[in-house]
Amino acid sequence: MSAKNYLTADFTLRSWFLTTDHKRIAILYFASLIFFFFIGGAAATAIRIELATPQADLVSSDVYNRLFTMHGIIMVWFFLIPSIPNTLGNFIVPLMIGARDLAFPRLNLMSWYIFMLGGCVTLFAILAGGVDTGWTFYTPFSTLYSNSYVIVAAAGVFIAGFSSILTGLNFIVTIHRLRAPGLTWYRLPLFLWSLYATSVILVLATPVLAITLLLMATERFFGVGIFDPRIGGDPLLFQHLFWFYSHPAVYIMILPGMGVINELVSCFSRKQVFGYKFVAWCSLAIAAVGFLVWGHHMFVSGQSLIASLVFSFMSFIVAVPSAIKVFNWTATLHKGSIHFDAPMLYALAFIGLFTIGGLTGLFLACLAFDVHATDTYFVVAHFHYIMVGGMVTAYFGGLHYWWPKITGRLYSEYWARTAAILIFFGFNLTFFPQFILGAEGMPRRYHVYPPEFQVWNVLSSGGAAILAVAYLMPLFYLGYSAFFGKRAPANPWNAPGLEWQTSSPPPEFNFAPQPVVTREPYQYNERFEAEPQNA
Amino acid sequence: MWRQWIPFWQPGLSPHSGDVDLLFTGLLMVSALVIGLLFFLLTLFCARYRAGNQTDRDHRVKKSWHWEVSWTAASFVCFLGLFVWGASVYFQIYRTPADEHDVFVVAKQWMWKTQHPGGQAEIDALHIPIKRPIRLVMASQDVIHSFFIPALRLKHDVVPGRYQDLEIEVDKPGHYHLFCAEYCGTDHSGMIGEIVAMEPADFSNWLTQQAPSSTLASEGGQLFRELGCSGCHSGGGTVRAPPLEGVYGKPVPLSDGTTVIADDKYIRDSILLPRSQVVASYQPVMPSFEGKVSEDQLLRLVIYIKSLAGHSS
Amino acid sequence: MPESSVFAPQYASIPHRDHTAELGMWVFIATEVLLFGGLILAYVVYRHAFPQDFAAGSRHTEIVIGTANTAVLLTSSFLVAWAVEIFSPATAKIVTRLLVGAACLGLAFIVLKGIEYGKEYDEHLVPGIDFQFPGPKANGVQLFFIFYFIATAIHALHMLIGICLLITLAVICQRAPSTRHRTALHSAALYWHFVDVVWIFLFALIYLPGRSTS
Repeated sequence: MSAKNYLTADFTLRSWFLTTDHKRIAILYFASLIFFFFIGGAAATAIRIELATPQADLVSSDVYNRLFTMHGIIMVWFFLIPSIPNTLGNFIVPLMIGARDLAFPRLNLMSWYIFMLGGCVTLFAILAGGVDTGWTFYTPFSTLYSNSYVIVAAAGVFIAGFSSILTGLNFIVTIHRLRAPGLTWYRLPLFLWSLYATSVILVLATPVLAITLLLMATERFFGVGIFDPRIGGDPLLFQHLFWFYSHPAVYIMILPGMGVINELVSCFSRKQVFGYKFVAWCSLAIAAVGFLVWGHHMFVSGQSLIASLVFSFMSFIVAVPSAIKVFNWTATLHKGSIHFDAPMLYALAFIGLFTIGGLTGLFLACLAFDVHATDTYFVVAHFHYIMVGGMVTAYFGGLHYWWPKITGRLYSEYWARTAAILIFFGFNLTFFPQFILGAEGMPRRYHVYPPEFQVWNVLSSGGAAILAVAYLMPLFYLGYSAFFGKRAPANPWNAPGLEWQTSSPPPEFNFAPQPVVTREPYQYNERFEAEPQNA
Repeated sequence: MWRQWIPFWQPGLSPHSGDVDLLFTGLLMVSALVIGLLFFLLTLFCARYRAGNQTDRDHRVKKSWHWEVSWTAASFVCFLGLFVWGASVYFQIYRTPADEHDVFVVAKQWMWKTQHPGGQAEIDALHIPIKRPIRLVMASQDVIHSFFIPALRLKHDVVPGRYQDLEIEVDKPGHYHLFCAEYCGTDHSGMIGEIVAMEPADFSNWLTQQAPSSTLASEGGQLFRELGCSGCHSGGGTVRAPPLEGVYGKPVPLSDGTTVIADDKYIRDSILLPRSQVVASYQPVMPSFEGKVSEDQLLRLVIYIKSLAGHSS
Repeated sequence: MPESSVFAPQYASIPHRDHTAELGMWVFIATEVLLFGGLILAYVVYRHAFPQDFAAGSRHTEIVIGTANTAVLLTSSFLVAWAVEIFSPATAKIVTRLLVGAACLGLAFIVLKGIEYGKEYDEHLVPGIDFQFPGPKANGVQLFFIFYFIATAIHALHMLIGICLLITLAVICQRAPSTRHRTALHSAALYWHFVDVVWIFLFALIYLPGRSTS
């Protein structure tokens, strides 16, 4: 046994649950997120099975409504939003900037406990009888008409919001203050730029969600009509407030994914990211403009046509930096030396799926088409292409890429590539038919549907089965690797980032001597010496 | 048979649906171009620059800004074009409808109730004549619903507490789906109906066959008396209230010096929140009918007051 | 007085740690601004929809207590600023007293607020529990009071947290004053001033409409 690393420093339960080590907290988050991912996934599975036939045969309407609400709430707030920032970000940020920890380690631990408290409250709401409002909690349904545990579920989300805020705060301060000597802003890996942009949104948007949910819960609990039209309230005000958070929240979910892709594309084509500064500023541009597009969820709600016009225009504007990023990743491949390891397969899948998701986003930003497509499966397909095809794929890519660093073990390249390919095909089979369903006019959140939609629904459910298997596979081969995998060298990808300059897994305080940065990021050489082995 | 599987293959059902379909085709073509180009480049680069392949890797592009500027500008111009196109069609779809044949739609958990001016009421169905714009006046009894006719590429939310106008026009006779597109609770997916578009002659036959006992306006007039509105508004009572004959569609001076047009919304608000916009030189004495009248009854009252438009006081 | 040289391993030096902590507080205040911002946005929307009702509701608030509270809070902020200004190991005693004074003023604010709530309850102005308002403006006035209670309750919660912070700092200063608490005091002071500024906004939004004319 060589020198102690963060995993072997101590083995007691106490040393895990009271740790302030960002790497251990990342592991705590990782374990919790796997749990929530499979709960949300189970709900999705039930939904897809039910939708294989037009009639209601598996569950009743009430159960179905609770299933998709649970799927939405769990996946959005307890998987997607914390996914990359709180696991990979928590682990990698201090390593990447050459720091010994995040700026506020105890705050970091506290944010995990708050997250778990929020998760438990939400799970309680689900077990006690569920919520049937949809994850959007639209009033007046949520305040006056729903007979379910709306307040408890909202409280869970409200609590988890504080965890998001604290994480964002921690990242912002860390990136500002704890960079290694010589690590200027333009020498930061792009992953950090995108996490920085993400953190700004976390800090500025989440409190608006908190106050919105508070107003909604107050109305429901006290029976006062904040959004109740019968006493002068406005249900649309709730939507404005809710989407003021929830649209930027979409960028909370996708920006870290884009950040990971920069690292992967650059590493596996052995080349600097094309247009570094453009990509860096694009992240911040997305974060900034992302605050000004929320009204595009309300084109058919009866908001003023002028407002719709402005929001549509801003939505097209926010698509520009995303497009720039895609072009830059493609240009990065040019004259590179491309290796098709599992993380790269995920990265390529991300570029393809994200492009489809982004382009269909333009369809929805386009006012006249949105009138037809909003609230149909077209929207469902669009955001799953961004969230699952984009974010989850990037998450898996990043996980494989940094896995040797996190665990100190190598995984089976064969199984990893198989899973990546399976996920890509399973995903497309699941969600592409939903574009067609949406274009044909099948509304979302429908438990039973007219029989002419069945063909595409069956395809989608079939794809979901493949996707479910594909998502289970990493659980096994990565689980196996964590305990029995071959030991990883410090720098298996021969990458120049600071996180690879320390041992795998890193020691408790990351770096023994303080690293000093003297050059730009992504200075790859053409050779790819440490070819990972099949286990 | 096979055509039903082709997405978006129902052209020419209405003037606007064709525009939306064209827009959709345009968007699809732009996307196909972008995706085609992107996938071509990805494949090309992945094949040519795969590790181990001996190829020319010298003279890498170092200066990136002119590439960045050109594809930023290209995407921006392209997006701007799509924006203008989409917005112009949107404004046609949602233009404020002229005073056409009105149909009243009340949404409630979980049904659509439609009423023709002649009093013919339908549940989860709406019969309309073809080739004639119909103005829908929609209200919700409870939560937010959304009136969605996929075949017409048309949708509008029905938010409680206000009237929403929507103009529809169908050019081909047939039966079309009507969906509720905004999640509204347990039986959301059961809140579906059909639009039956008929030849004008068939439609007037249908209207007469329905043979309602009374028109909406006369039912509204009856309500007007039952609820005691007539006591003050018909003159002769002890309380002085503005007469309602000839009011509809005309400007009304308010006590705060402003003027409003007495449209559906104003009349509705005046019944529910009578003291928010008081007619000039009258006292704010009218009680609110909030919670005392349903959306159905409200509609009838509005129609009744509207029917008084022709009379002069 | 001992100069603590212990600092967590992620920092390079004590000033580094202190500046980092201060930046953290500023970011936290940014998030708080948006919390109250969302609430005030809702207020603005409804006030725009019901200007006269909001004015009428505002006339039913206790402007005397509100003004007194404003004065109380400003004074307590002044005391805290004073404490930050003179903080050094030699002045621990005065600093402690200033902090206790500020905390007491904070408590006085809460007590006055409680009295105000009581009066509003007596006047049947608490939406959801006991709300009666004669006349045509009942709906708008109710919206006004919903906003009033939510905003002031959230503000009072922030006050309570701030009071706990000030008292904790006072106790620490009393027991073992050291320069390493300068940052803690500084951050707590930032927070306290922020809560104060929020109140100034709330004061203008709650007590003043409808009182400027006639």
